[in-house]
Amino acid sequence: MPTTYYLVLSFVLFLIGTAGVLLRRNALIALMGIELQLNGGNLAMLAFSRELGDLKGHVFAFFIIALAAAEAAVGLAILVALFRGRQTVNLDEATLMKR
Amino acid sequence: MTFNLRLIPLLPFAGAAILMLFGRKWKRDTVLLVAAGAIAGSCLVAFDAFFTALPGAASKGGLHDVVGTWMAAGSLKIDLALRLDALSGLLCLIITFVGFLIHIYSSGYMEHDPDYARFFAYLNLFCGAMLVLVLGDSLPVMFIGWEGVGLCSYLLIGFWYTSSANADAGKKAFITNRIGDLGFLIGMFLLYQFTGSLNIPEITAAASGGGALMQTLFPGTIFAAPVAFWAALFLFIGATGKSAQIPLYVWLPDAMAGPTPVSALIHAATMVTAGVYMVARMHAVYLLTPGAMAIVACVGALTALFAAIIGFAQNDFKKVLAYSTISQLGFMFAGVGTANFGAGVFHLFTHAFFKAGLFLCAGSVMHAMGGSGDITIMGGLRKKVPWTHGVFLVCWLAICGVPFFSGFFSKDSIIAGAFGTEIFGEGLAFIGKAVGVVLMLAALGTAFYMSRLYFLVFSGSETRASDEIKRHIHESPGAMVGPLVVLAVGAALGGFIGLPGGLFDHPEWNLLADRLAPVLGPEMELSRTTEIGFMVASVVLALGGIGLAYLFYGGGYREPSRKFAAAAPRFVRLVQDKFRIDELYGLLIIRPIKRLAKAVYFVVDRILIDKVLVEGSAALVDVLARVARAVQGGDVQRYMAVFTIGAAGIVYLATRPSVPDVLKVTVSGLSVDVDARRGSKPASRVQEYSFDFDDDGKPEVTGAAPAAHHAYPRAGTYTVRVQVKDPNWGTRTSLKQKVEVR
Repeated sequence: MPTTYYLVLSFVLFLIGTAGVLLRRNALIALMGIELQLNGGNLAMLAFSRELGDLKGHVFAFFIIALAAAEAAVGLAILVALFRGRQTVNLDEATLMKR
Repeated sequence: MTFNLRLIPLLPFAGAAILMLFGRKWKRDTVLLVAAGAIAGSCLVAFDAFFTALPGAASKGGLHDVVGTWMAAGSLKIDLALRLDALSGLLCLIITFVGFLIHIYSSGYMEHDPDYARFFAYLNLFCGAMLVLVLGDSLPVMFIGWEGVGLCSYLLIGFWYTSSANADAGKKAFITNRIGDLGFLIGMFLLYQFTGSLNIPEITAAASGGGALMQTLFPGTIFAAPVAFWAALFLFIGATGKSAQIPLYVWLPDAMAGPTPVSALIHAATMVTAGVYMVARMHAVYLLTPGAMAIVACVGALTALFAAIIGFAQNDFKKVLAYSTISQLGFMFAGVGTANFGAGVFHLFTHAFFKAGLFLCAGSVMHAMGGSGDITIMGGLRKKVPWTHGVFLVCWLAICGVPFFSGFFSKDSIIAGAFGTEIFGEGLAFIGKAVGVVLMLAALGTAFYMSRLYFLVFSGSETRASDEIKRHIHESPGAMVGPLVVLAVGAALGGFIGLPGGLFDHPEWNLLADRLAPVLGPEMELSRTTEIGFMVASVVLALGGIGLAYLFYGGGYREPSRKFAAAAPRFVRLVQDKFRIDELYGLLIIRPIKRLAKAVYFVVDRILIDKVLVEGSAALVDVLARVARAVQGGDVQRYMAVFTIGAAGIVYLATRPSVPDVLKVTVSGLSVDVDARRGSKPASRVQEYSFDFDDDGKPEVTGAAPAAHHAYPRAGTYTVRVQVKDPNWGTRTSLKQKVEVR
């Protein structure tokens, strides 16, 4: 299969993720959107790695997965803290940066 | 020859610095020891330089001391250099010696003043600055001193700063001097422009050759006089400020607001003579231009007469002496203006003694009278303050020009020199005579107003003051009387250093002229009969003035003086009001400037700065902040959206291939090579190029190569059009250029 297909899929994944981050009001869903974006990136890495016959892309993908796990842990912890403080995970109500 | 000249100004400067830093807490005796010690040390160095080192070096430009390079920029190099020749040396002796006496006197006069240390610090600072002024080897160094003495004058006039009248008088002196200083600076710039040097010996050398200084500044206009004229004139404007000549004399009478020792030292003996010294120092430039000399002489003579007339009707002891100083400075300028530089400097020397003496007597009398200087309430003080009276008597006779007192010789040499001068040439020869006649009238006036002062203060048997003041009258302490006596000796005998050579057929008896000759050129020679004639005339004038004053004021206000005041009350009031020159200046200059300042304050300060700049910038920030506040909503998702759009934009900019913007066309015969380029770099190969060599819509060459070759079938002018298409982003660019093939 041509690399283009993988890239198109990766771009679509990334766009879906971005849309989730930008449009959903639930912080948990937004976090899931970020995961999707990261995976879109991962797919592009792997596609180019296959295209160029270079394993560095795979290595990067692993790093990104590890990073995504760490990010999920931190993000969920923030979410829990947010919920404890404000009894909500709605991003529209979490506008603390304004003040 | 080098000599450690820097010690002379440095000692007083050090004294001033020490007193300013530590003097406040010290006992009065310690303060006096430092101040008087500094000036005494400086005096000793000056005497050593003048009498032991200078005679051997007089013909070689005097003693020289380069402290270091002050500034160097391109061809301009100014050394912080000092030079002591007969002229500056004489001034140094006057400054340090009279300065020392006045320090001693001040210790008595200022005894009860709480700001004792500050006073002596300023006095020392003044002496240092004045010494820099006279010793400066170049005009800029001289200018440091020139400004320094102006500053000290300001500080000391306003010494008792709690009274706003004193502070105002200080400001008046400072501002008036600023006007003159502008003239000094312009004169300095002109000399530098046309001689290429600011060094006084170099300017003198350039001036003796004439040369560049004789060319005209702006040919064919009203400025068509030689550069030397303008330089001399502008320097003289500086001198009129510092030396209180018409039209800038108005500050000096007000300057009497300062302590009396200050009036004696700064506003009589030393600082105000700086202008005369400067003209004598720059005599080579002045000698080039009789026109400027005529202006100097006329201004001097007119000031001498004008100030003397104002002196007739003043009722304040120090004011009379102030106008007398202005008048005597006029004599000095008339002397240097008629090319009798030696005579002008001679009068400067004698004047320093008798006028300092007179001022210190004024201080002593005012001390006795409980601080009042009103001569209408004095009288009969002869017996009550005998020492002061004796000194005043000597100084009075000296300034009147009574034979064998110092003023007699110096004033006579100026008047005789004015009549005998040949500097103005054939056409303007009458100027010398006219100046001489005006000076004679001024000498008569001098004798009159000084005698009026003497008679009203000392003669008679009754003191016109209240009983309370009368009980208080006493002779001043020894610290004040001692310097007075020394000054009286100088005032009595000082004239003998300048005996007119023509009188005795022994030119070398004129010690002063002998000493000054290497610097200022030989003194004018007059025949014995002329000399005697002028001396007789001087004596007649002096005795006439004294006699007239005795008639009016001998032993107090007499009948003739009352009659005269009753006969011409308006004239008397006009003279008492100093011809209302201050009011005239106020009307012509000060009021318009104040109005202008008010207008500028309103337009620039209130509107432009307050409203537009200050409040305007605040309003601008406010508007920008409102916009920025709308952007910062605190909503993370909106930030994220902006971030995404930004990232996408960056990706577009980073990946967009560069579009070519010029066509490089090379023609050889009928064939052309076209290369599409981006500036000086080749265009990228990522795009599709189509080359249409004859602009007919049908491209001849297409492909990814940015360059193409084509051969035209026949000669002519064609338009080459290149279409560039970016396949990734779908953008199109079109370039065209005309080519001519033959």
